Amino acid sequence: MNVSLILIILLVGAFATFLAGDKLASKVAFFFGLAAAGCSIVLLNHYNLGENISFINQWITQPNISFALKADGLSMAMLLLTTVLTPIIIFSSFGNDYKNSKSFYALILFMSFAMAGTFLASDGLLYYIFWELSLIPIYFIALIWGNGDAEERKKAVVKFFIYTLAGSLFMLVAFVYMYQKAGSFLLEDLYKLNLTATEQLWIFLAFFLAYAIKIPLIPFHTWQANVYQKAPTVGTMLLSGIMLKMGLYSVIRWQLPLAPLAAKEYMYIFIGLGIAGVIYGSIVALKQKDLKKLLAYSSLAHVGLIAAGTYTLTLDGLRGAVLQMIAHGFVVVGLFYVAEIIFRRYETRAIAEMGGIRSQTPKFTSMFLILVLASVALPSTFNFVGEFTVLYSLSQINIWFAILGGTTIILGAYYMLKMFQHAMLGETNTKIFADVTFNEGATLVIIIAVLFFFGMYPKPIIDLITPSLQEILTQINRIN
Amino acid sequence: MDTNLALVLLFAPFLGFLINVFFGKTLGKSLSEIIGTLSVAVSFAVTIYFFLQINQTKQAINIDLFDWIQISNFKVSFGFLLDQLSILWLLFVTGIGSLIHLYSISYMHDDEKMHTFFAYLNLFVFFMITLVIGSNLLVMFIGWEGVGLCSYLLIGFWYKNQEYNDAAKKAFIMNRIGDLGLLIGIFILGHLFSTLDYATLKTAIAGATDLNMYWLSAAAFALFIGACGKSAQIPLYTWLPDAMAGPTPVSALIHAATMVTAGIFMITRLNFLFDLTPDVQSIIAVVGAVTALVAATIGLVQNDIKKVLAYSTVSQLGLMFLALGLGAYEVAVFHVITHAFFKACLFLGSGSVIHALHGEQDMRKMGGLKKAMPITFITMLIASLAISGVPLFSGFFSKDEILLVAFHHNIPLWVVASVASIMTAFYMFRLMFLTFFQEFRGTEEQKHHLHESPSLITFPLIVLAILATIGGLISLPGHSWLNEYLTPILPKLASAEHHLGTTEYMLMAIAVVGGLVGIGLAYAKYIKQNTVPTEDSEITGFSKVLYNKYYVDEIYDAIFVKPINVLSLFFRDTIETALSSLVFGLGKVTNEISFQGKKIQNGSIGLYLLVFVLGLCAIVSYLFLAQ
Repeated sequence: MNVSLILIILLVGAFATFLAGDKLASKVAFFFGLAAAGCSIVLLNHYNLGENISFINQWITQPNISFALKADGLSMAMLLLTTVLTPIIIFSSFGNDYKNSKSFYALILFMSFAMAGTFLASDGLLYYIFWELSLIPIYFIALIWGNGDAEERKKAVVKFFIYTLAGSLFMLVAFVYMYQKAGSFLLEDLYKLNLTATEQLWIFLAFFLAYAIKIPLIPFHTWQANVYQKAPTVGTMLLSGIMLKMGLYSVIRWQLPLAPLAAKEYMYIFIGLGIAGVIYGSIVALKQKDLKKLLAYSSLAHVGLIAAGTYTLTLDGLRGAVLQMIAHGFVVVGLFYVAEIIFRRYETRAIAEMGGIRSQTPKFTSMFLILVLASVALPSTFNFVGEFTVLYSLSQINIWFAILGGTTIILGAYYMLKMFQHAMLGETNTKIFADVTFNEGATLVIIIAVLFFFGMYPKPIIDLITPSLQEILTQINRIN
Repeated sequence: MDTNLALVLLFAPFLGFLINVFFGKTLGKSLSEIIGTLSVAVSFAVTIYFFLQINQTKQAINIDLFDWIQISNFKVSFGFLLDQLSILWLLFVTGIGSLIHLYSISYMHDDEKMHTFFAYLNLFVFFMITLVIGSNLLVMFIGWEGVGLCSYLLIGFWYKNQEYNDAAKKAFIMNRIGDLGLLIGIFILGHLFSTLDYATLKTAIAGATDLNMYWLSAAAFALFIGACGKSAQIPLYTWLPDAMAGPTPVSALIHAATMVTAGIFMITRLNFLFDLTPDVQSIIAVVGAVTALVAATIGLVQNDIKKVLAYSTVSQLGLMFLALGLGAYEVAVFHVITHAFFKACLFLGSGSVIHALHGEQDMRKMGGLKKAMPITFITMLIASLAISGVPLFSGFFSKDEILLVAFHHNIPLWVVASVASIMTAFYMFRLMFLTFFQEFRGTEEQKHHLHESPSLITFPLIVLAILATIGGLISLPGHSWLNEYLTPILPKLASAEHHLGTTEYMLMAIAVVGGLVGIGLAYAKYIKQNTVPTEDSEITGFSKVLYNKYYVDEIYDAIFVKPINVLSLFFRDTIETALSSLVFGLGKVTNEISFQGKKIQNGSIGLYLLVFVLGLCAIVSYLFLAQ
């Protein structure tokens, strides 16, 4: 057994969903999503027992491209994030009606396939293909099934597509350059290159452009809020829960170990940029009127902190970043789902048009509040573990980084509680808010359970990712 | 055995919380109340067991459950430490907690969300226990933020009122400012000593040969900021008076007796650290004294009965910080305990009054209640005598020790603390006289319904009043059980001498006279002259400044809240648009170039030939020149 199985399941699932027709599409997609999740857990078990579950095969000889999927702890963690969130995201859409739903669900699985591939690929070109491949389904999902004015939406989505594509082209150039020298795209072969500091700087910057747009880091984030708002919630979940982690993961997997000299030389600038994103995102979030946009800016703030953690080039920074990626993936999916649940009832995302919901639905309110608290990293939630570790790593570089990055603790509480107050509390709303359905409740409960479980017992994940992060650190600290 | 009991101690309230959350409505009011109260009572019972045990064995109990968070240079385990300090705190947290649960059964009985109320109270006790028994700073931090959360939930318990929600939010955010400080302190300690465990930290600090004093002080100062947030000290105190929006039992439990003492607990816990950083200690002492004075002055003119008590709490906490800053941890702890007794009694008493008046909190509309509510009156009177430092009541002993310590260290601090104490006596008796004496000033309707509260309310009052009377016995001058008990935590106490000289008696006399003067002034003004505070609009001069709390809220609003909101608007409307246009602009430039380039391809053979010839010339001349 090896990890290619997951990719096969997801790809086959995408086709099967398309063929199943509109009526069955959601269920078939859910089934395949679950199968992929189950399979990843089985594979994780094999991995933990010390089996080799990587897969490598020559793909194209001229140029020399391999179909190489490397499953180390880091990739497994990201793979699990993808495969566990995918069925949750599909399940959360039950109850919504989509036109041409067979294509819709097929695209979701296809996107999941491409993202899983991105997390596993250890051949530069293969990785690049998966990376770009994942953009196509989300483009259509957002464009066709999105909401709001069609023209506006098209403008936002096309901008997103071209912008991220353009950024990634620089990464391709960097890969081609390195291929010229190494004669292979394989990660190990690229590690062996003796690149000069100048070469590394250019490669670092080329990667940076691709990742900074994808993650996104300020000031490359302008596509984000509009696309998050206009995409259907399922699309927003895929984007914020998984896809933006592709950028962060790639920083750790590709950018830092391939250009360590540049990373070390300029780390302060990039940490600073990440932290600036924390503060900027938090402050912009404060005055957002649209719930989904507010969550988008909150994401901007959180990924800023994660990125800052990765650029510390310390074990704590990398580990905290990965933990926080997973935690954020779950909490943000939960929060966007909350926005969706409210939208199903009130048909609005404007916070000002909500309010007075709590008295009508205490259960939903409690779950919403728990997600809000997790998002502001209350200790005992998974997000705290990640945020604490990242902030600790920042404090080791310079205490001011920790203090400035730590403002997220205060500002995050400010905008999230303010939002919660105006969305949920106050005099009972005259519009009736039907209590959460079983499906809705179950989805939220699963997410919350994950957040609390790993909040109290993050050890399994820490043990999973630490050895591979240490390996990457060895690469970063190698002497050329 | 000990592990299991400790788990019972911790999880009994949590179980109560879960039951009330999930089945509260189904169980009905009575069962929900009983479960809520019992779950805390169980914790109290277990605490007593541990207390008796540690009194015999003198052995701290260390329980490590599992590894929680892993940092490169250290691990943080999820563990508990049951020693003299944590058990002492548990005693009054669970003890007073039980009483207040009992009180709430009656007080909250008519509220439709009663089971939610009990659930939150249980959750609070759970987190407070976590805070106290955590064996390291990070487990404490779970409790620390957890009680903050419960405070948020309970202040905003009546969530239909957005003002209450604002107060709840404010409390949470201000606490979080402190929490950032606490985290920074934790980071520094983790970096310096590679551990966050109290016991290991203590050995590490004791064994260190060359301590980095700069970073040690920075850590202590950062931790102190955390304490300022939770224990409502300047500059982070303004949330506490607003927190009175919550139901009165909450004010008594969380915002007077237990949660707000967390800062004092933490500093006492880390006394070995603070002892090494005299500069930070001086800051703590000064902040404490100034807070005591400022809050007391504001308390002088407040007309809302709960606001008076809230400022009084801030002021008393200030006195405790003064003691901490002077290194007299045991004195601060002593005052924490007596304060828990009398302030809980006062808050619950005020609740009884508010209950009888159907929600009226303005003292200008009270008066003459002593006949109708004798038990409430007498218990509150006892508590007021205690807080005013009248001899033989508990507050006399604890406050006197604080003043004594202050006098020995620094005369100006002693003066400030003494003035604050005189003011305390004044505003407390102002409260008593306005509430219970003279004629009733409320409506006829209210007057008709005046009644003593039911026994579930009066019983806790009586118990607390008794404790407020005799609580001083735990630390009598010259022979202090408390100091002996705390010696393992505060080793300095072993060598401390207890002698009462002339100076001490003199100071005691001054303090007593001061307290009596305060009471006398209140008597003269509110009984003799029968003054009733004027309407809000008629308050003028310095009283107005005091009544408006020195406009601190307005100042904070102007220098922090407003600018952030303005900045947010600026970012949202200007920067975001600009950045977005920049990206679109790049696209437009590309389009434009393509558009212009298109014009060249116009099919004119002549133009093509011209370009061809020019190009050829360029290449030839380049090759020629390159030779």
